Amino acid sequence: MGLENQLVGDNVLVTSMTKLVNWGRANSVWPCTFGLACCALEMIASTLANFDISRFGSEVFRPSPRQSDLIIIAGTLTKKMSVMVKRIYDQMADPKWVIAMGACASCGGVFKSYSVVQGVDQIIPVDVYIPGCPPRPEAVLAGLMKIQEKILTEKLGQRPDVLSGTLQ
Amino acid sequence: MELNAIVNAISEKCPGSILKQTENHGINEITVSAQCFYEVMQTLQGDGCGFDMLTDVVGIDRMPRAPRFDLLYVLLSMKDFSRLIVRLEAGEGQEVPSVSSIWHSANWGEREVFDLMGINFSNHPDLRRILTWENFDGHPLRKDFPLEGKDFDKPFDTKTVKDYC
Ligand code: SF4
Repeated sequence: MGLENQLVGDNVLVTSMTKLVNWGRANSVWPCTFGLACCALEMIASTLANFDISRFGSEVFRPSPRQSDLIIIAGTLTKKMSVMVKRIYDQMADPKWVIAMGACASCGGVFKSYSVVQGVDQIIPVDVYIPGCPPRPEAVLAGLMKIQEKILTEKLGQRPDVLSGTLQ
Repeated sequence: MELNAIVNAISEKCPGSILKQTENHGINEITVSAQCFYEVMQTLQGDGCGFDMLTDVVGIDRMPRAPRFDLLYVLLSMKDFSRLIVRLEAGEGQEVPSVSSIWHSANWGEREVFDLMGINFSNHPDLRRILTWENFDGHPLRKDFPLEGKDFDKPFDTKTVKDYC
């Protein structure tokens, strides 16, 4: 007796709009194809068959920021690059989420120097920080699951982008 | 090419331009004077010596020595795969003639030395910063440059970065 047998005929499923939308969003978080340094390789590894990020609906790495929901800042963010990263983030359509992956993206890591931004949260808002240098792919998946948890608790009308009026 | 043959070829064209010559671990090195630097480099690239490739330009800050900087040009001959390092001592603020008209690869190498060390090259076609950004203040590989740079403790704003693009 599978679900499909139950659903034969004209059935009605009752749920709330918030739950339905959040369920959809949480299970299709499409990341931006984007990496900065060594951490990017672990992010790439997490998409391959061994770790298989597609179990969480995030295997569709989009080459355009306009099609992506998530940006994984994977690597050392230099000040020279920060302009481009901010631009990519600004180009992403709402709703959008940010993962700071690794020590460098979270706080500058070992690079306490003139050329490195000491944490990507200085230029864009971060939802989840993943510690490690580099974090293993399992940690990336754990971070992704944290994002999913966060999405499931969001109230549709109370997201910052809705309240600030940037979402039409 | 043997070091002696190189030295002879240079001495013919520009006598007295070689201040020092050494051989370390099979790599030849000559130190040349700033006055004849460009002519020496032309001679080295010419048919007599045949160093047709410039693989790297290196700047060394030897503070507090005067003159402050060492410039190293790593040359390679594609005929017999011999290498030669040409060393030039340059003081603070001294202009060094660009060799990018002799070897095109010097263009970016000299831009990098200019960017990180602050050595100016005369007659360079496009002397802009290459690794740091346009309005960067200072030359980060100088020994007196603070590792953390300026305004390290203040929040960073992308608007402070202006770049060529
Ligand atoms: S956190 Fe470590 S692995 Fe990741 S970008 Fe920085 S140095 Fe590389």
